[in-house]
Amino acid sequence: MLMDTAVNLVEVEKGTMILPPNIIITSMDRLINWGRSSSLWPMTFGLACCAIEMMTTGSSHYDLDRMGIIFRGSPRQADFMIVAGTVTKKMSGIVRRVYDQMPEPRYVVAMGSCACSGGIFNTYSTVQGCDSFLPVDVYIPGCPPRPEALLEGIIKLQKKIKGEHFRWSRWR
Amino acid sequence: MEPLQIADKIKEKFPDEVLNVKEFRGQASVILKKDRILEICRHLHDDPDLYFDYLVDVCGVDYAGKKEKRFEVVYHLYSIKHRHSVRLKAEVSESAPEIDSVTAVWDGANWHERECYDMFGIIFSGHPDFRRILMPEDWEGHPLRKDYPVKGTEKEWPGFKAVLNRAKRFKEFEWQE
Amino acid sequence: MEQIEKTFETRELTINIGPQHPATHGVLRLVLTLDGETVIKCTPHVGYLHRGIEKLGENRTYFSALPLTDRLDYISSMNNNVGYVNAVEKLFGIEVPERAKFIRTMAAEMGRISSHIIWLGTHVLDIGATTPFLYAFRERERILDLFEALCGARLTVSYPRVGGVRNDISQEFLDELYAFVLEFPDRMDDYETLVTENRIWKKRTVGIGVISAEEAVNWGLTGGMLRGSGVNYDVRKHTPYDAYDRVEFDIPLGKNGDCYDRYLVRMGELRQANRIIKQCIEKLPLGPVMADAPKFTLPPKDMVLKDMEHLIHQFILITKGPVVPEGEIYSATEVPKGELGFYLVSDGSGKPYRMRVRAPSFVHASVLPKLCEGGLVADVIANIGSIDIVLGECDR
Repeated sequence: MLMDTAVNLVEVEKGTMILPPNIIITSMDRLINWGRSSSLWPMTFGLACCAIEMMTTGSSHYDLDRMGIIFRGSPRQADFMIVAGTVTKKMSGIVRRVYDQMPEPRYVVAMGSCACSGGIFNTYSTVQGCDSFLPVDVYIPGCPPRPEALLEGIIKLQKKIKGEHFRWSRWR
Repeated sequence: MEPLQIADKIKEKFPDEVLNVKEFRGQASVILKKDRILEICRHLHDDPDLYFDYLVDVCGVDYAGKKEKRFEVVYHLYSIKHRHSVRLKAEVSESAPEIDSVTAVWDGANWHERECYDMFGIIFSGHPDFRRILMPEDWEGHPLRKDYPVKGTEKEWPGFKAVLNRAKRFKEFEWQE
Repeated sequence: MEQIEKTFETRELTINIGPQHPATHGVLRLVLTLDGETVIKCTPHVGYLHRGIEKLGENRTYFSALPLTDRLDYISSMNNNVGYVNAVEKLFGIEVPERAKFIRTMAAEMGRISSHIIWLGTHVLDIGATTPFLYAFRERERILDLFEALCGARLTVSYPRVGGVRNDISQEFLDELYAFVLEFPDRMDDYETLVTENRIWKKRTVGIGVISAEEAVNWGLTGGMLRGSGVNYDVRKHTPYDAYDRVEFDIPLGKNGDCYDRYLVRMGELRQANRIIKQCIEKLPLGPVMADAPKFTLPPKDMVLKDMEHLIHQFILITKGPVVPEGEIYSATEVPKGELGFYLVSDGSGKPYRMRVRAPSFVHASVLPKLCEGGLVADVIANIGSIDIVLGECDR
């Protein structure tokens, strides 16, 4: 009996096999990464100009919801954070605290020139790139980036998550 | 009323206080001594012919090395009823950067004066809630002064240093492939 | 009753809202002291988005400070640009061609529509209705597409230039805009059907955040905040700039000075903005779009590429800036939030000696304690939506 079923295994893609009618055999990594990347919930966290483009991306025309991306109001429920806008020194502590409140696994997307590098605001009160105090996964340039660019950035993040290995082992 | 007529009216009422009147592109600036600014403002607000009921803006200007007295506090006034405007400029020296607050006349002056203190270090006496507004409470220096560098001073603000330290401390808990 | 008061000890509660809070429209922070559900003290904290725009403006030439004004009030950047170039033109003393004036007026009113639409969507969303938010962004997307056709950028446009506008507009753009203008009143009816007579909406806004006409003037409020209290002050009527003295429009006024009246005023302004755009398209004159003032305006690009003299001229203007008469001016324009003023002090060099931005949001945020104290916690959110502030402009 066992021998028979082993013969019927169909490899649908590399590393994933289907045992008809409804058993899927795959690695733990792939299963978890698939789940994670398909419902990324970002933190609603608008700082400056880019927040408006982030809102546009989330609302009617560009519609982030179709990608399983739903904005959450609390860091405890969020998977990743879009740093949308200029981070000032006064604000940096709060941004870091919001990040610290997010549960693992967590990701950071730096949206816009200001979050990436300080942009045109090379002044006394502006942090020159939020990567000085946050581990940034995806950088999206632009001032502000178009909604398409934000979508592209999120797709990049999904790709990155799909390539992860063994991230489910050591929970903290 | 024409801007220069308003200036004349102020001069008539307070002859010792007005130092100079300037006109540029149809706008008059009345340069004043700072001591009786509250009284002048109250007069401008209450006088039925002038009736400056709307305080547009209060801001500071730093003339370091250009003028004898380093700072100027600039008031823009407008009368919605009479549709005329005037600009008052009170000179404030660097050694005693202090001037009376006009919050008693216009409530709207409150935040403008706080910002002026934050950016220039000019103290407004008689202000109901006097502290920094835009910069953090423990920030050193006043950014809009001409001797303050655009990119900030060498010494980092301790609040931001604490954030960087925290990020460093928590680095070991980050997930690594 | 006395018995109960003796046995239960009550105390005041202090809570913090923001800077990271979905309903504070940016990075505003409020510290509220509550007695039960009544707000007895409200202290706004701003400055979480202070980027030093005024300081940066003093270190750039008059031309290159223009992109900074985009980032002041980032949901209506066109209006900020128009305000800034008007101030600089006043300082330089140059006259703008008619066609450029009409184009600017038209673009500024498009900016007003896009800003008020965002205000409507977010304000209504905060109070609990999701549908108008999605409708509003649908129309806003059309305006942004038109901006893109106009100058290539969606949000931070930098379209007006000192002395005119960057480029002339095409007939296709005008046709597209005219189609939008004809369609927009219907969309407005959609919003009004959903919101204006809605029972929940009226319960949440009528009589909330009341400010009387005298107080509003004394606090220095402008724009919809002031007109909601019934004071007829609009910079476009009092000191007309651009082509506002050649188009017809009314100033919608409120009566009671509460959140609902401010809502009605802004809805009226949306219709008036549409009316102004329509007139601008119909009256648009022909002619050049840049002023003929070679000392103060950049030479045309095709001449720069062909002619040596123009190239040198452009090089000097860009690196050193123009030679400006010494003096100081204050110039105000009506942006969607209220009166945006620029106070420029020139010392004769190519850079402004002092660039002061009189931001309406800054003043409107300062009046929050006045509106919130004595009300309920839920009304604080209605008030924040109703004052319509943008923190980029408030903190500068």
